Amino acid sequence: MKNTISQRVADFLKNYPPFNGLKNSVLQSLSEEVTIIYKEKDSIVFSEKEAGHDHFYVVHKGAIALAKAGITTIVDLCDEGDIFGLRPLMANENYELEAKAQEESILYAIPIEIFKPLALENKAVGNFLIESFASNTRNPYSKSHRGKLYSENTADVEVTNSELKLLDLQNVPYSKKIISCSPRTTAKKIAELMTQKKIGAILVVKEKLPVGIITDKDLRNKIVTGQFPITTAASKIMTSPVITYPKTLTVTQAQMAMMKSNISHLCLTKDGTPNTKAIGILSKHDVMVSLGNNPAVLIKAIKRVKKIKSLKPIRSSIMELLKGYLADNIPMTIIAKIISELNDACIKQVISLSLEKMKTPPPTNFAWLTLGSQGRSEQMLHTDQDNALIFEDVPEELLPKTTEYFLEFSNLVTKKLNYIGYEYCPAEMMASNPQWCLSLSEWKKTTSHWIINPGTDEVLLSSIFFDYNAVYGDTSLATRLSDHIFYTVQKYPIFFVHLAKGALQNPSPTGFFRQFLVEQDGAHKDSFDVKNRALRPLTDAARVLILSHHIKSINNTSERFEKLAELEPNNREIYLACSYASKALLKFRTKQGIAHNDSGRYINLDTLSKEEKIKLKRTFKTIKEIQELVTLRFQLKSM
Amino acid sequence: MLNFFKNKTSQLPDFWDRYAKSFENKISEQIDDLTFVVLDTETTGFDFSKDRILCIGAIKLKNQQIEIKNGFEVYVKQDVYSNETAKIHGILKNDPEALVSELEALEQFLNYIENNILIAHHANFDLTMINNALLRHNLPALKNKYLDTSDLFKKTLIQSNLLNKKAHYSLDEIADKYAISKKDRHTAMGDAYITAIIFLKILFKLREKKAVTLKQLFK
Repeated sequence: MKNTISQRVADFLKNYPPFNGLKNSVLQSLSEEVTIIYKEKDSIVFSEKEAGHDHFYVVHKGAIALAKAGITTIVDLCDEGDIFGLRPLMANENYELEAKAQEESILYAIPIEIFKPLALENKAVGNFLIESFASNTRNPYSKSHRGKLYSENTADVEVTNSELKLLDLQNVPYSKKIISCSPRTTAKKIAELMTQKKIGAILVVKEKLPVGIITDKDLRNKIVTGQFPITTAASKIMTSPVITYPKTLTVTQAQMAMMKSNISHLCLTKDGTPNTKAIGILSKHDVMVSLGNNPAVLIKAIKRVKKIKSLKPIRSSIMELLKGYLADNIPMTIIAKIISELNDACIKQVISLSLEKMKTPPPTNFAWLTLGSQGRSEQMLHTDQDNALIFEDVPEELLPKTTEYFLEFSNLVTKKLNYIGYEYCPAEMMASNPQWCLSLSEWKKTTSHWIINPGTDEVLLSSIFFDYNAVYGDTSLATRLSDHIFYTVQKYPIFFVHLAKGALQNPSPTGFFRQFLVEQDGAHKDSFDVKNRALRPLTDAARVLILSHHIKSINNTSERFEKLAELEPNNREIYLACSYASKALLKFRTKQGIAHNDSGRYINLDTLSKEEKIKLKRTFKTIKEIQELVTLRFQLKSM
Repeated sequence: MLNFFKNKTSQLPDFWDRYAKSFENKISEQIDDLTFVVLDTETTGFDFSKDRILCIGAIKLKNQQIEIKNGFEVYVKQDVYSNETAKIHGILKNDPEALVSELEALEQFLNYIENNILIAHHANFDLTMINNALLRHNLPALKNKYLDTSDLFKKTLIQSNLLNKKAHYSLDEIADKYAISKKDRHTAMGDAYITAIIFLKILFKLREKKAVTLKQLFK
């Protein structure tokens, strides 16, 4: 029976091979047989050695990771439109790999019984099945298997193109949008164009054929030195002839070519000679990106992103980088700095892309604040987004309109952040919430209210504003707000007492016999909540102590403790222990999160080694000591 | 339940008896073993007494799977019509696409849902519309248990004084929140599908925090 949903499925499938080769009526009737399956994150679609299902799968939403069980490396990551689990069905074999939902996913399950005759009948579909098209990969996870239907059998020696097994032999991704100029264009124009398009090289084209290339280096060596005036024509300063290659160039070949000729840009043409149309340009940067992970390359890549969609693969690269750092045992301080720098850059890019999407420029200055762990530069994994927006005061009659504008804008930003992997904050602590998107004086009013009437909620709320990071916009707005908060806090010192009390309210990590205290019920029953029971007490203690010293420019917990050690030499030892403990716990959490593809908050104690357990317990002793110090300092016992 | 006299004067049709009989079979207590019928109606308006159902769309959800060919979609022939709501759902009066009489539509619908638990967004509206139609044909009201995704969504939000919960969350709002495509919005079946995905996401969110039993969903 044809219906609205089958229509929807057909509309989706027709965009992807091999379904795009099917006649509309055939696709329609195939779609009617589809079963839609919702997969929770980390749930298994099929496991290794399991007998073939009646269906193969197409990813509609989300991502499915294919991996050998027991080995953490992912063989392939399938996202929207990718097919998986087909080959074993065609060959009547069991599954060779495990398929697991990397994120929450919706799958279309297509019955093999109905698909098989189509594949045999229809040449286009058949060819697709035979052909391996691993060449168009951009996925860092995929060694060579991505997109190939026959690839699920890792032991399969029949892979049609054995070359494809090496990463370095993949075809290189290049920019297809060529910026070019004519041989008569002036150097000044060229420099303007290159600045505007943010590119490092421009192609000189005559009658559609590439005749030369001008790079930043050419401009520096020939124009800036004064050798040629800025009105010089392109033909005088270009490097010619252009070194051209066919687009089937592999990453390794591209690298070799650049080294051989000592150049940074290659031109790709239709047949690989300078006598055909240029179809793409390949920079050293492109090669670097496809080779992998390096913060500088990633930052550059982030800044060049034009579509949110392209941020997703970069985010995965950041995770790869993080994994590498942890594996290499690089100090947590450095890891945290680099990773949060990269995360901030992503957020910045999301914000500026959202700004471009708005019909009008912002009516006044604003600042985008990230709060909580992100604000403290302690967010390594993708956790919830906590953010807020402050805008400059406007005349009262303009306030409703201005608020409306920034709310619309914040909605855009939070949605995009969600798209690239930041979960929405379950407490709605986000700039898209009208309570978190206010003018400066509205914020001042709200925060004063919190400080003067410090209930539990209010203390929690205002404490957030001591851990913010203004990632975008006019940071002076944020500074003015925190100045105001500090000023108010001085007048109401009782606030510190409440803040300190809040810092002691976290559940204790160990019981009377020094055993770990685990969660009593819920989905995380019997696992240890490292965030609430271990990290939070340290973060909270650091905050109240550093604030009582009137220091507001340090947000990071371990740095706060280091500063405290400097300020109070007599407590130096305990503060340094705290600084160490917070770094160790953060590392712990990050590693756990990476291992389980989650926030790392809940630790299954059975998976820890004896040594790890001892390490963890050692930090608890420190937590206890710092809590005692806070109790004494703010005289909480007598209250 | 049934009025004795009424029962005597008007014999209920066979399809109702079959429907009523299906309730003699107990449904499972395990969420993953249950079949849920997720439904939506398109109507001529929001007035329970004047307005009529133009279309009922429903899908069956079992163990997080939806079989497309098991979908249900019926367009109903009606004398009442409103140009205003036609702009929303795009169903023209007496659209030739397989129109059936209201009674016929109800028969098909009851055959389809049997004793399964119903799910709808703002379920009260759709179910009252259907019950009123049943009443017009001298039939008793639906006997199924039902869940409302608008209410369930509220359970996923954190209990906090800091958060002002709204009384109602629209399908559009939640779909936006969960990044669900709003294609086919305002077709009964399209909305039923969106509602089904929302239900699955809510269930996942709730289970993430705590194991969920069927009983708790109805609380």
